[in-house]
Amino acid sequence: MSKLVLRRVDRNNEEMLINFGPQHPSTHGVLNFLVETDGEVMRRAIPDIGYLHRSLEKIGEMVGYPGYMPYTDRIDYLAAMFANEGYAIAVEKLIKVEVPKRAQYLRAISCELNRIASHLVSVGTMATDIGAVTPLVYALRERELINDLLEALCGARLTYNYHRIGGVAFDMPAGWQEKVIAYLDRFDSSVQEWDRLITFNEIYKKRLGGVAVVSREQAIDYGLSGPNLRGSGVDWDLRRDAPYGAYPDFQFDIPVGRGWAGKVGDCFDRYYVRVQEMAQSSRIVRQALEKMPEGEITAKVPRKVKPEAGEVQSRIESARGEMAYYLVSDGTERAYRVRARTGSYMAMGIIEDISPGLMVADLVALIASLDVVAPETDR
Amino acid sequence: MTQFSFAFPKPGTKKLIVGASLGAVLAIPALLASLLVFVIPMVHKPLFDAFIREKLGHDPATWIGTQWTYALAFFVAGIVMFTFAAITGGIFSWYERRVAARMQSRIGPNRVGAGGFLQWIADAVKLLFKEDLVPGEADALIFRAAPYFVVAGMTLVLVALPAGQAIVVADLDVGIFYILAVTSFIVVGIILSGWSSNSKWSLFGAIRATAQIISYEIPAGLAIMVPVLMAGTLSTQGLIKAQGGWPWEWFFFRNPAAAVAFFILFISQLAEGNRTPFDLAEAESELVAGYFSEYSGFRFALYFLVEWANLWIIGAFATTLFLGGWQIPGVTTQTWAAVRGSGSFPAWGWWALQFVSLGVFALKTLFLVNVVIWIRWTLPRIRIDQMMTLCWKYLVPAGFAAMLFTLLWQMVATWVPVVERVTALLVLAATVYVTWRFLVQTRKNVSLIAHERVDLTNW
Repeated sequence: MSKLVLRRVDRNNEEMLINFGPQHPSTHGVLNFLVETDGEVMRRAIPDIGYLHRSLEKIGEMVGYPGYMPYTDRIDYLAAMFANEGYAIAVEKLIKVEVPKRAQYLRAISCELNRIASHLVSVGTMATDIGAVTPLVYALRERELINDLLEALCGARLTYNYHRIGGVAFDMPAGWQEKVIAYLDRFDSSVQEWDRLITFNEIYKKRLGGVAVVSREQAIDYGLSGPNLRGSGVDWDLRRDAPYGAYPDFQFDIPVGRGWAGKVGDCFDRYYVRVQEMAQSSRIVRQALEKMPEGEITAKVPRKVKPEAGEVQSRIESARGEMAYYLVSDGTERAYRVRARTGSYMAMGIIEDISPGLMVADLVALIASLDVVAPETDR
Repeated sequence: MTQFSFAFPKPGTKKLIVGASLGAVLAIPALLASLLVFVIPMVHKPLFDAFIREKLGHDPATWIGTQWTYALAFFVAGIVMFTFAAITGGIFSWYERRVAARMQSRIGPNRVGAGGFLQWIADAVKLLFKEDLVPGEADALIFRAAPYFVVAGMTLVLVALPAGQAIVVADLDVGIFYILAVTSFIVVGIILSGWSSNSKWSLFGAIRATAQIISYEIPAGLAIMVPVLMAGTLSTQGLIKAQGGWPWEWFFFRNPAAAVAFFILFISQLAEGNRTPFDLAEAESELVAGYFSEYSGFRFALYFLVEWANLWIIGAFATTLFLGGWQIPGVTTQTWAAVRGSGSFPAWGWWALQFVSLGVFALKTLFLVNVVIWIRWTLPRIRIDQMMTLCWKYLVPAGFAAMLFTLLWQMVATWVPVVERVTALLVLAATVYVTWRFLVQTRKNVSLIAHERVDLTNW
């Protein structure tokens, strides 16, 4: 653990200091928390990040613009499509390329399928962290089928490398459309199954309701985004409020936390917003398949991407909140600076201030409800 | 879409392996049952005296070897009970994983033997060969000794726990108190293991487990008072003999408070056995593994042995107290006496009836074991403050209320005996109705999901 974090620990008190992680089953990757506890009640949980740092931003400055695309997969391996899309949009802005309509639709479909897959892992691990092991297996079963679909689309099950600067890599294979529709028919009732299986379980609601409440103001102040922000009752979604790609063409609702099991902004709200978002993603995919235009899947992009000097920013709504890329070009084939803003990193920041007074079991629920994923935090 | 096959046995399994596994499935329980039926009754005084007199040719009252033989007989009975606990625990470990897999739409263990039946033996052998590691900072002596306290707590219970009409090692006058007392050995073992591991997570788990087990002994004790008051005895066999074979003769149905007490006891037992939703002590998502985090090899296996053997104890204890124990419907005390005959050794019919009583007892117990397993793979875990709230604010008052109601009820039932029979039928009808509603609702829930179906074939 870093000396920076250790220095912040108060050694002169009576509380027990526990290392929660980095090899701990519910830290979702290699995260570490220094937990000061007084028995079961926490005094503080200090996040210590960096165990999965792979210098991905620096790598972006060392490889060319198109060559960085596979690396973006590794920023968030549970939702690689979004990292792809955010980077692609940023570079397209830099070299001023218009993406064909069909490619935009394919991007929306792949991203929304990926959002479902990512949320399935999130809500599944949430249930496991609360102690119910069975729902995770059901979630993974549904996710496997999405992986099958995405594998048919782009050849990979986890790190897709599907989006390209100016479009996407492949068109839909023959018969893929029907497979997706068949899957969504199945999936829509899966959401109901999920509610029956775990969501409205009395113990589950008691464990999550009213726990680790993040108020509306706090959520905005700490820069939370995505389902974490909406769980606190803020109606904000980039797909609607700062539309990009094909999203203006689709009808969908934005689920917002309503305090279903206690207070607005508790763990249950963040969890249930995700469950409802999966159903909305399914709606978007259906509309996109229905309205799918004909045409090219990539714009004409020069083989050597060599933008003019300048800087640019892109924002998209990822499964884990707002994902932003900030690129600075110095007129060469390589970016001068690549910066990725991710949802998990911001979510990690709030844990220390929410944790006092929570119990150790609640810390697990809080981490799971914020859907913190280590690679996205560390990059 | 991927289709998983649950076919049993898997196509392509060698006939020898299928035969051996099926043989083991049948032979192991049969062997255990025979051991229980033919060995345990021999330690009872009339049979033991008859054995000394007729087979060894001594007068049991004067022969110098009587006490030694008696000690030896008890030793053998102890070994039989321990073997029984160990092997049922092992089989439960396989069974629970199969059920869990079935509930989670997975396959489960299916490599060792047909249907994976021999998995538990493979696990045990593997764990025996692992290094028995003691952490450098641990208190080695206590660390090594702690698992034996836990095992002792589990095995000593089996002494007074019946499994059939004559299948109980010692029918103590204070059997229930004895069971409650020796169960506390487990707490000693847990706190020792947590403390001596010198790991904060282990200590956390140990303190949680201790607080939990000690708290839940109070509602359990209060719930146990209800059948004890109804039977007027603390002997486990006496409690069963006060009930009858038919459901309306069970304590569970005879008195509404007893039905409540059954649920209090069952919940308390889940908590004392560290089963979900009360598995806080070994909560793997919070404490990694709780008090046995640092254990490995044989000692680790002992903890798991106790956990699964406890399943039988949970079921058997509740069956004894509330569900009529080994009582066979239609078989009364007179029938038992008539079947036994007047010889110094019982007739063959009596031994056969022992098997039937063991079967009845095992059936009820295994049903409860199944319920415990279903609950484990269904429910989330509750938090420690909720666990304490449930115990002290709800179960303890409810236990007291059930006890007081039972005292009142006993008076009413003595004045007007027909009241007891009427209530029994009413509670029975209510139980049947609730069960039926449960099944209907389950079917409905399944039918609402497009890709799910009720399928009991294809094991």
